[in-house]
Amino acid sequence: MKRASIMTLLLASPVLGAAGSALAQETTLTIESWRNDDLAIWQEKLIPAFQEKHPDIKIVFSPSAPTEYNAALNAKLDAGSAGDLITCRPFDASLELYNKKQLADLTDLPGMENFSDVAKSAWSTDDGSATFCVPMASVIHGFIYNKDAFEELGLEVPETEEEFFAVLDKIKEDGNYIPMAMGTKDLWEAATMGYQNIGPNYWKGEEGRQALIKGEQKLTDPQWVEPFATLARWKDYLGDGFEAQSYPDSQNLFTLGRAAIFPAGSWEISVFNTQVDFEMGAFAPPVKAAGDKCYISDHTDIGIGLNAKSPNQEAAKTFLSWVASPEFADIYANALPGFFSLSSTPVEMEDPLAQEFVAWREKCESTIRSTYQILSRGTPNLENETWVKSANVINGTQTPEEAAAELQKGLESWYEPQQK
Amino acid sequence: MAASRKPIRWHIAVFLAPAVLVYTTVMILPLFGTLQLSLFRNTPDGQVFAGLENFRTLLGDPRWSANFWNALWNNTWFFIIHMLVQNPIGILLAALLSNPRLRLRGFYRTAIFVPTILSFVIVGFVWKLILSPLWGIAPDMLDLVGLKSLFEPWLGKEEYALTTLALISVWQFVGIPMMLIYAALLSIPDEIIEAAECDGVTGIAQFWKIKLPLILPSIGIISVLTFVGNFNAFDLIYSAQGAMAGPNFSTDILGTFLYRTFFGFQLQIGDPYMGSAIASMMFLIILAGVCLYLFGIQTRLRRYQF
Repeated sequence: MKRASIMTLLLASPVLGAAGSALAQETTLTIESWRNDDLAIWQEKLIPAFQEKHPDIKIVFSPSAPTEYNAALNAKLDAGSAGDLITCRPFDASLELYNKKQLADLTDLPGMENFSDVAKSAWSTDDGSATFCVPMASVIHGFIYNKDAFEELGLEVPETEEEFFAVLDKIKEDGNYIPMAMGTKDLWEAATMGYQNIGPNYWKGEEGRQALIKGEQKLTDPQWVEPFATLARWKDYLGDGFEAQSYPDSQNLFTLGRAAIFPAGSWEISVFNTQVDFEMGAFAPPVKAAGDKCYISDHTDIGIGLNAKSPNQEAAKTFLSWVASPEFADIYANALPGFFSLSSTPVEMEDPLAQEFVAWREKCESTIRSTYQILSRGTPNLENETWVKSANVINGTQTPEEAAAELQKGLESWYEPQQK
Repeated sequence: MAASRKPIRWHIAVFLAPAVLVYTTVMILPLFGTLQLSLFRNTPDGQVFAGLENFRTLLGDPRWSANFWNALWNNTWFFIIHMLVQNPIGILLAALLSNPRLRLRGFYRTAIFVPTILSFVIVGFVWKLILSPLWGIAPDMLDLVGLKSLFEPWLGKEEYALTTLALISVWQFVGIPMMLIYAALLSIPDEIIEAAECDGVTGIAQFWKIKLPLILPSIGIISVLTFVGNFNAFDLIYSAQGAMAGPNFSTDILGTFLYRTFFGFQLQIGDPYMGSAIASMMFLIILAGVCLYLFGIQTRLRRYQF
C-alpha cells in the first residue's frame, strides 16, 4: 500500500511540474553540449541576452565531458531523455542522428538564409537538400607571427609563396629565431596546420574539394600533390629535432618567443593572448603568384540542432532563429575569440588578432578541410592517412608523389566515384 | 564405517568460489564474447554471422594484412629487445645483488624495482621529456661528454622510435626478472656452493656451471611472462606516441592496432567486429607461444630437488 502511494506520487510529480510551468506560461529548453568550457559564457552572456527578448522561454545549458559527449548523447536520444537542443558535431556524427530521425529538419528555419552553403555543408545531407543544425562557429587556418621579431629583422608580411620562403630564409640566416614552430610527432599538426592550411590555395578551395568528392579530380593531380611538395620544403625551417616535437612543444616555442612563425588555427588566439609578451600578427596562407585568388580553410566546427522528439518544438525554433541572428554571432564571437561566427553578416570583433583572421573572409574564398565530408567514411580513413603522409613528407621519409599516390590508392579502394 | 565414505569437502568449493566467479565474469566470459564477436559483421540489416570472413579480410586484404604484419613484426621486435636486453641485465643485476660482499644491497634492489610500480602514463611522459630535443636533458647530458652529435630525436625517427620505446620499457621492467632471479639465486642451498668451492669452482665459473643451470626454470618463466606482457603491450606506445603509433606506424604494435580498429580514432569510426578479430589473433598468438613453451621447453628442463 505504502509502495503504491509512493509510485503514485512519483508518477504525478512530472505532471505537477508540467502543470506548474504551464501556469506561468513558461517553457524550459535544455541544451546538450560538449563545450563545458563555454558554461560561463552561456550563463552570463548568451542566455540573459536571449531572455531579454523572450522572457517566457527559459534556457538551461547542460554540457558533458567532450570525450563522453557522443556516446552519452546517443544513449539519451535512444532513451528519449535528451535535451531539446543538441549541439552538433560536424559531418557524419550529426548526419547519422538526422538519418535516424533524431534531429529535426531545419531547412526552412527563419534565419537559415544568413548562412552560405559552405557554412551549412557540415550539417546538411550529402546532396545539400536538407539542413539539420544551425551553424554556430568555425575555425580559420593561417599563420600567426611574432611582430616584434619581424620588426627586429625588418621583415614584411609575405603574400606569395616566394616571399614566404624568402622571409623564412632571412629568419634562418639571422639565427636568433627558429623560423617556424611546427613538429611532426603528433601527426595531426602536420596535416591540419600544414596540408589543410596551405592546400586550399592549390586546389582552389571548394572547387577542388567538390571535384574530389565527385571523382573528377584525383589526389595524384598536381593541385593535390603540390601542397605536399611545399610542405617538404618546410623541413629546413623547423627547429632541431622537429620529428620528436609535439604540438604543445610548438605552442611553447612560439609563446616563449623562440620561434617567429606559427602555422595556426584560430583557436590558438585565446590561448596565446594570455601567454605571450610580444605583439602577434597573422597572415593568410601565401598564394602562388601575386594577384592570385586566395582560399582559406574556414572549417565548420560547432552547430546546434533540434531534438526531433522535443515537446517544445515552437520555443526551440524561436531560440534557434535567435542563434542564427547577427546578435548571437556578435556575442559569441567576442566571448570566444578564434571561434568565428559562420553568419554571412560580418561581426565586429574586439580582439585584433581575431579581426585579422576574419578579415580574410572578405578577400578570400572559404572552404573546409578537404577530407572531412564523405571522404573519411571508409577504411582506410582518408583523414587519418593524411596525418601520417603529411608527417612523412615533412620528415623527408616519403616523396610528395609517393604520399599522394598512396592516399589515392587508399581512397579508391572503397570510394566508388574515385574508382572510375 | 566412517572411513569408507569421505565427507564431501564443501569448504574447497566455498573457498574457490569467489575467485572462480570473479575471474569468470571479468576474464573468461569477455574472452569468449570477443571470440564470438569476431565471427560477426555489421551490415545495413544489422549484425550477421560472417564465419571467418573477418579473419580472411585481416590476413587477405592487402591493406589490413600490411597493417597486421607490420604490427606483428613490430611486436616481435619489441619482444626480441626485451629478451636480449631486459632479461640478461636482470640476471646480471640479480647475480651482483646476491653477492654477499655488496653493500647497500637493499637500496639498489629498491631503486631498480621502483620504475616497475610507476604508471605507464608517467613513464611515457617522463621519457618523452627526457628525450625531447627542445627541453630534454638527454641532449645536454650528451653535450657534457662531448657526444652531442650522437643525439637524434629518437622518438620521431622511423628507424629508432620502436627500439627506443622498447628500451624505455626495459628500463621500467628490468626489476621483475631481477627479483625473480634474485629469489631463485638465494634459494640455492649453501652446501652446493660449498661443495663447488671444494672442487675449485669459484667466481664466474661458479655462476656459469652451478648457479645458471639451477635458475634456468626461473629464466623460462620470465621469458614466458615477458612474451605475454609484450604481446599484450599497449599503454606505453599509446602514452608516448598516441593511437596512431607514429611516425608512419613504425611503433604500431598489435595493441595499438586493436585499439584504433575497435574504438575508432578521430574521423575513423570504430569497428568492433574487426577489432575482435584482431583481439582473437592476439589471443591465439599468445596461446601458441605459451603452449610452445609449456610443451616444447618446460618439459625438457631438468629440475633439481634439494
